[in-house]
Amino acid sequence: MSKQNLVIVGNGMAPGRLLEHLFEATDSYNVTIFNAEPRVNYDRIMLSPVLSGEKSFEDIVIHSEEWYAGHGITLHKGAKVSKIDRAAKTVTSENGITAPYDKLVIATGSSPFIIPVPGKDLDGVLAYRDLEDTYGMMKAAKAGGRAVVIGGGLLGLEAAAGLRMQGMEVTVIHLMASLMERQLDPAAGFLLQRELEGRGIEVLCEANTKQILGTDKVEGVELADGRIIDASLVVMAVGIRPSVQLAKDAGLEVNRGIVTGFDLKTSDPDIYSVGECVEVGGMVYGLVAPLYQMAKVAAAHLSGPSDAAFQHVETPTKLKVTGVNLYSVGDFAEGPDREDIVLRNASAGTYKRVILRDNKVIGAVMYGDVADGGWYNEMLKSGEDVSDKHETLIYGQMFQGGGAVDPLAIVAGLSDDAEICGCNGICKGQITSAITEKGLTSLAEVRAHTKASASCGTCTGLVQDLMTITLGEDAAAVPEGMCGCTHLGHGDVRRLIVAKELKSIPAVMQELEWTTPEGCAKCRPALNYYLISDWPGEYADDMQSRFINERVHANIQKDGTYSVVPRMWGGITTPDELRAIADVADKFDIPTVKVTGGQRIDLLGVKKEDLLPVWKDLNDAGMISGAAYAKGLRTVKTCVGKDWCRFGTQDSTGLGVKLEQFLWGSWAPAKLKLAVSGCPRNCAESTCKDIGIVCVDSGYEVLYGGAAGLHIQGTTKLGNVATEQDVIEVVGALTQFYRETGYYLERIYKWADRIGYDHVKAMVFDDLEQRHAYYERFVYSQKFAQIDPWAERVAGAEAHEFSPMAEIKLEAAE
Amino acid sequence: MNVATKQWVAVGQLNDIPRQGARCVKNGEMTIAVFRTSDDRIYALEDKCPHKNGPLSQGIVHDGCVTCPLHNWVISLETGTAQGADEGATLSFPTKLEEDGSVLIGL
Repeated sequence: MSKQNLVIVGNGMAPGRLLEHLFEATDSYNVTIFNAEPRVNYDRIMLSPVLSGEKSFEDIVIHSEEWYAGHGITLHKGAKVSKIDRAAKTVTSENGITAPYDKLVIATGSSPFIIPVPGKDLDGVLAYRDLEDTYGMMKAAKAGGRAVVIGGGLLGLEAAAGLRMQGMEVTVIHLMASLMERQLDPAAGFLLQRELEGRGIEVLCEANTKQILGTDKVEGVELADGRIIDASLVVMAVGIRPSVQLAKDAGLEVNRGIVTGFDLKTSDPDIYSVGECVEVGGMVYGLVAPLYQMAKVAAAHLSGPSDAAFQHVETPTKLKVTGVNLYSVGDFAEGPDREDIVLRNASAGTYKRVILRDNKVIGAVMYGDVADGGWYNEMLKSGEDVSDKHETLIYGQMFQGGGAVDPLAIVAGLSDDAEICGCNGICKGQITSAITEKGLTSLAEVRAHTKASASCGTCTGLVQDLMTITLGEDAAAVPEGMCGCTHLGHGDVRRLIVAKELKSIPAVMQELEWTTPEGCAKCRPALNYYLISDWPGEYADDMQSRFINERVHANIQKDGTYSVVPRMWGGITTPDELRAIADVADKFDIPTVKVTGGQRIDLLGVKKEDLLPVWKDLNDAGMISGAAYAKGLRTVKTCVGKDWCRFGTQDSTGLGVKLEQFLWGSWAPAKLKLAVSGCPRNCAESTCKDIGIVCVDSGYEVLYGGAAGLHIQGTTKLGNVATEQDVIEVVGALTQFYRETGYYLERIYKWADRIGYDHVKAMVFDDLEQRHAYYERFVYSQKFAQIDPWAERVAGAEAHEFSPMAEIKLEAAE
Repeated sequence: MNVATKQWVAVGQLNDIPRQGARCVKNGEMTIAVFRTSDDRIYALEDKCPHKNGPLSQGIVHDGCVTCPLHNWVISLETGTAQGADEGATLSFPTKLEEDGSVLIGL
């Protein structure tokens, strides 16, 4: 059978999901998509984290170019369809592309409602709908000033919070008496308002916009009561309207939205419609869960005879503002036939309300403590009679049976058809059976197979709990987050530290909602490094968050003694230094003296209480700590170069010394080892180092990303430079870029594999201005880093580390 | 532990120990690690990880536990038992914090 032509108008989330379902069921269609936006399909509900700086566009792409290509889809980007010819069965775009269809899907979505006030067309008035709007807001935020957000609903508040995080002054104008009045009752609305005001967002309720002021660009907003608010940006977020014009022009039945049956067919049986443009059962939907349900139903009918039918389901609402927890579902209007149960905790700022009718849950509103939202929603969906737990219902699931507060037990106690992922309508049973049947072991796999937590991501913790329950502790040992204390990965944490200007470990844990009070031995050293790297001179190193080696500036050995390695710049030493080392080894009975791979000498088996006097003697002979313990600069290995070698082209030893003197003391995500070879014979083994220099007649080759440990890998060339000063600048810039973007314990080769060698080259080699900026930042941070830790401690710093607090000489017990 | 034979020994001041840190006390051949948590609770364990005798006093202190510096076993400060999948326990001693800041260990 030859393939039929399926044409889709619109490339949002609903048609994207429809295609996923369709391709699972059949390959009997040639698919053509017309997208008015000039790009691939992305997760529109994640625009708020993009606006706030917590995610980038790449993070929210749903389908990449490869996905379209892989399914043989013709994607017309930036092509808005202007006409459907139902008689000829073709669609035509504004830019003149015509495509024939056998089946057509209209997914034109919605457009923002712009209130018809004077000034609405001024430059600086934006809606909040797509990536262009988001970028427009981010650009406006860079210029600073005040933003006025008109509309205190879900979208408006996310925009307000994002703009505030971008550093703007923000005022929210809301027509109604309390925020998000469609999703929250006034009490929860008040708590939300207080939270937002605490973040410096001004909230004006019962405020009616009269006009937007300005001559060619926005200057302010005038309210009906005469108040004037200065503004350089106005965001309209008062609601959306289904985009129905195209369907209407084609003569399809249109009411508020494009009218379809429960099979998502329009009044023309060859034309379907999905998404926010649809009116089904008299309802128009804006949240993603029902839209995805539409996609599934339409796909079922497109792939063959089916009795799939769209069903109305209450969808919980959550606000995607980091640090604000609210949850509402169902019906919470007051009425004589309803019973309210309310629990408030003023000091904690939490509020819970469950609404019952005939002893059944019909709605719930929660602010602050939202852990039981899913549990109430489950009761709402099942319609179970809750008379037996009426008294304790409001205290939540944990209170039932009075068990210990264990989040895993809550999840384990959910029934198989309890919904875990509201966005995608995925139940517990679907996730657990996917994990066992398909042998899934990572969050990424679970997301790929089930879609659970793949949209807004707020249920990520629940999904991870389910993995732990299903797979046992093995799964808990490899969470996607940086450790068990957070579901955020290293990249998210680093970005948020900068975006939110978090400058202490407690601030990071509070703002990013660590699930443990003090973190663990995995995350604390990572956070300590990120803060040192991002806030040089401002952040005070937290010694209690460092591994013992970095705390006592020596390497702990298996018997609890330490090894001590003094620096030998570029591998060069002197008879005096060697004599001092020999004297120290004799004086303190140091059992082993070994030459290291990095061209220096290791004193092994030093007792902890001897560390200070050993360092003092080495300091007195002019040596400093070799930082052989550091996640940071270790050594610069060299060959003898042109001073002695008959093949040497440059002074490799001299350059190695200069590099080590430039780089010492710096902290990095992981250890950093360099080498400088005087000619391409490469006697210093530059080509397997983190950063390697190979001297040639015309100058210097800068290489990086080598590895010679568990993993073996040759370096990649960054580029050629002419002078020693150029080498130093390029190495400084490369090191700084790595310091700023590497994940803790990620060696430079893994980092470069992850972010791309071309990208690294573009950032720190090709773009001279950028290169210099990174170099300057490195030089600045070195001001605070180049302090010999041995000398500091010999002078008395951290004295408690090196001596026992007491020695007990017990008398015989009386 | 038999309370009747216990003897309270002063080993120093609270401020001698860094928050989220530890100090050692030598008791003959044995070393005792005295920990101070971020909320100023004091615990005392023998300074030997039940796994391979790593010095617990040198580990990172977090949430009522210490992570051994050698192989990352996590040991409860209160009971001395290994957490998670690991099994084993190190000796723990009762402690007292006096109002003047003196730290006492029951031996």
